[in-house]
Amino acid sequence: METVTQTIQGVPLNHYIILSAVIFSIGVMGVLIRRNAIVIFMSVELMLNAVNLLLTAFSAYRGDPAGQVFVFFIMALAAAEVAVGLAIIVMIYRNTNSTDINVLNRLKW
Amino acid sequence: MNLFYLIAFLSVFFSLLVIFSKNPVYSVLYLIITFFTFTIHYVLLNAQFLAIVNFIVYMGAIMVLFLFVLMLLNLNKDSEPLKSNIVKIAGVVAGMCLLVTLAGSVKALNVSDPLVLKNPDIGLVQNLGKVLFKDFLLPFEVSSILLLAAMVGAVLLAKKDPKKV
Repeated sequence: METVTQTIQGVPLNHYIILSAVIFSIGVMGVLIRRNAIVIFMSVELMLNAVNLLLTAFSAYRGDPAGQVFVFFIMALAAAEVAVGLAIIVMIYRNTNSTDINVLNRLKW
Repeated sequence: MNLFYLIAFLSVFFSLLVIFSKNPVYSVLYLIITFFTFTIHYVLLNAQFLAIVNFIVYMGAIMVLFLFVLMLLNLNKDSEPLKSNIVKIAGVVAGMCLLVTLAGSVKALNVSDPLVLKNPDIGLVQNLGKVLFKDFLLPFEVSSILLLAAMVGAVLLAKKDPKKV
C-alpha cells in the first residue's frame, strides 16, 4: 500500500488538470464529429469521467473527502442517466429505424 | 511518478480510439479500456472505494448496458453514415480551441504544486462511509429517489405502446 501512494507523490496538480482537459476535449470532439447517437452518448460518458478524475485529484490534493463523495453521487447519477438515455435511443430506433441523429433534425425548429 | 504518465498516455490514446473507430462495438470496447485506465488512476490516488465503484458500476453495469443496446439494435456493422469532411474538421478545430483555452487558463493560473497525499486514508471505505452517512445523508437518500425515478422512466420509455401494437 505504501508503494502505491509513493508512486503518485510529485506529480504536479497541473498535469491532472491538463489530462482531464484533454479527455474532456476529446469527448466534445466525439459529440461534434459522430452521427451515431450511441457513440455520442459514449462521448458524454467520457466527459463525465474526465470531471470525476479531476474531482478525485482535487480531493486528494486538499485532503478533503467531500470531493470523493461528490464523485460517488456523480456515478449514481450517470447510471440513472445512461438507463434513461438508452431507453430514449431504443425508442428513437423503433420509430425511425436508425440511430442517426440527422434523422432528428426536425428538433431544430 | 512515471507510472502516472504512462497511464495518462494510455487514457488519452484509448479515448481517441473511442471517437475515431468506425465500428460502434469497437468504440464500446475501447471505452471499457479507457475506464479501466481511470480505475488505475483512482488506485494511484489511493481512492480505493472509487476505484472499486468505477470498476463495478462503469465497466460492469453501464458498459454492459451499452453493449446490450448495441447488439439489440443490430448496429454492430459499419453502417454509420459519415459526416462531411468540413463538419469533421470544424468539430476537431472546435475541440482543439476548447483545449487550448483550458490549457492557457491553467498556464495563467500558475499553480504547479506537486500532488502530495496529505491524508492518504480519505479514500478508504471506512472514512468515506463516515462522511457519506454523516454530512451527506440527505443527498444520499435523495439519490435513491432519483434512481427509482430513472428506473420507472426507463421502463416506461422502452416499453411498447399497447394501443399502437
